[in-house]
Amino acid sequence: MSARIIAPVVLGVLMLGLWEAAVRAAGIPPYILPGPILVARTLVADWGTLAPSLLVTIEITVEALIAAVVVGGLLAVLFSLSRWIELSLFPYAIILQVTPIVAIAPLIIVWANNVTLSLLICAWLVAFFPILSNTILGLRSVDPNLLSLFELYGAGRWRTLIDLRLPSALPYFLGGLRISGGLALIGAVVAEFVAGTGGDASGLAYRILESGYQLKIPRMFAALALISATGIVIFLLLTLLSHLLLRHWHESAVAPEG
Amino acid sequence: MPLVGVRGVSKVFANGVQALADVSLDVQAGEFLSVLGPSGCGKSTLLRLIAGLIQPSGGTIESSASKAELGFVFQEPTLMPWATALANTALPLKLRGVAQGEREARAAEALGNVGLKGFERTWPRELSGGMKMRVSIARALVTEPRLLLMDEPFAALDEITRHRLNADLLELWQRSQVTVVFVTHSVFESVFLSQRIAVMAARPGRVLSELSIAAPYPRSESFRTSAEYAAWCRQASARLGEAMAA
Repeated sequence: MSARIIAPVVLGVLMLGLWEAAVRAAGIPPYILPGPILVARTLVADWGTLAPSLLVTIEITVEALIAAVVVGGLLAVLFSLSRWIELSLFPYAIILQVTPIVAIAPLIIVWANNVTLSLLICAWLVAFFPILSNTILGLRSVDPNLLSLFELYGAGRWRTLIDLRLPSALPYFLGGLRISGGLALIGAVVAEFVAGTGGDASGLAYRILESGYQLKIPRMFAALALISATGIVIFLLLTLLSHLLLRHWHESAVAPEG
Repeated sequence: MPLVGVRGVSKVFANGVQALADVSLDVQAGEFLSVLGPSGCGKSTLLRLIAGLIQPSGGTIESSASKAELGFVFQEPTLMPWATALANTALPLKLRGVAQGEREARAAEALGNVGLKGFERTWPRELSGGMKMRVSIARALVTEPRLLLMDEPFAALDEITRHRLNADLLELWQRSQVTVVFVTHSVFESVFLSQRIAVMAARPGRVLSELSIAAPYPRSESFRTSAEYAAWCRQASARLGEAMAA
């Protein structure tokens, strides 16, 4: 095992141990700060409530990310094909990006009139911009000599897009995707906080709210741990995807020699 | 009739810089012509004009080699990093709609011709600078062009690699009968390779003189150390000196 894995794991175990020791030594009650062992126990005991919520949150995150890839990617390609479309639309994409999601989430919830759909829209809004802006950057970062070569051999716009611009943009797109993966999760959680509605189909954010009202602080921590774990897994999966797609050719994915 | 006739061509860029002024130059079919000049004299611009990648501001360029009969080699290897040596070499054929089986066979043959047999599945990042340039040359030759335009292709390579590639390029030229226009700022390289050298001056870029190198082919490494070669280099240097002073 490499130091890259051992070092953070050792630090994490150490911090958890310190936390547990501090909670016990100071006699802090669990409704203020539960120790990690109690949180782990609650996670197991409340799994029946937490697992369906975890699935809901994951579902919204993944769907929002897919929508962000489709819309962000297509818009980027469209922008690269038409200067006019880009000039007209890009400022609005920026406005969507800089408007705090907490501020417009209530509106979206009212308009969409469907909790799941409104959560999806919020998560998508937060997630799509990095993909859009990174992919645009990538589509423009084409070796000008390769462009000349494509022109010389009579390649049209479409061929140049498929065989030159898209592969050139791939590393940039994947960089945007990694950012968007985390943002989609944040968007889903924030929107659910704003929605604040319960019921069968409620995600981890609602479990946190609910636990807060009921002073079930250990369960709150358990839900929080699940959200963090989800974020880490998304990041790792997207990193793996990036590595698999780029390992043969891009500097970012090539293992250092020796 | 020359293969390419450049007649009184000038080129002014959008920023107002005059890259070329009244350039006239003939390229004969089958010859190896070098364009020698200091940096900034518009050598690359002339090459791009001949390739039809840019249009002249004045004058005409007549070429009996169509765009489909051109090969172009840049100063950098300009390979697609996401494609293998074979796929890079096959690119011109792919863009022209040649079927996969045929284009891979022809690309493999072209790689063999530049001494890269067995490297078909190699990725560009695994190749040395000289080998990348060989792939670039194979890609330019895969369409069997009538006119091969080369823009300082070996300038970034070390001397040993450059000498090897010079010799191999001459061999390819003699075997394929392709016409070569080779842009360089190296007197030694231009003398070793060419039948004829067009010497250019800068600001504005123009052809100042032409020099025929009457040494016979094949030119081997022993030619490089001969008194004859030294004499030609002295002449070409003097011409370049005049161009720099002009």
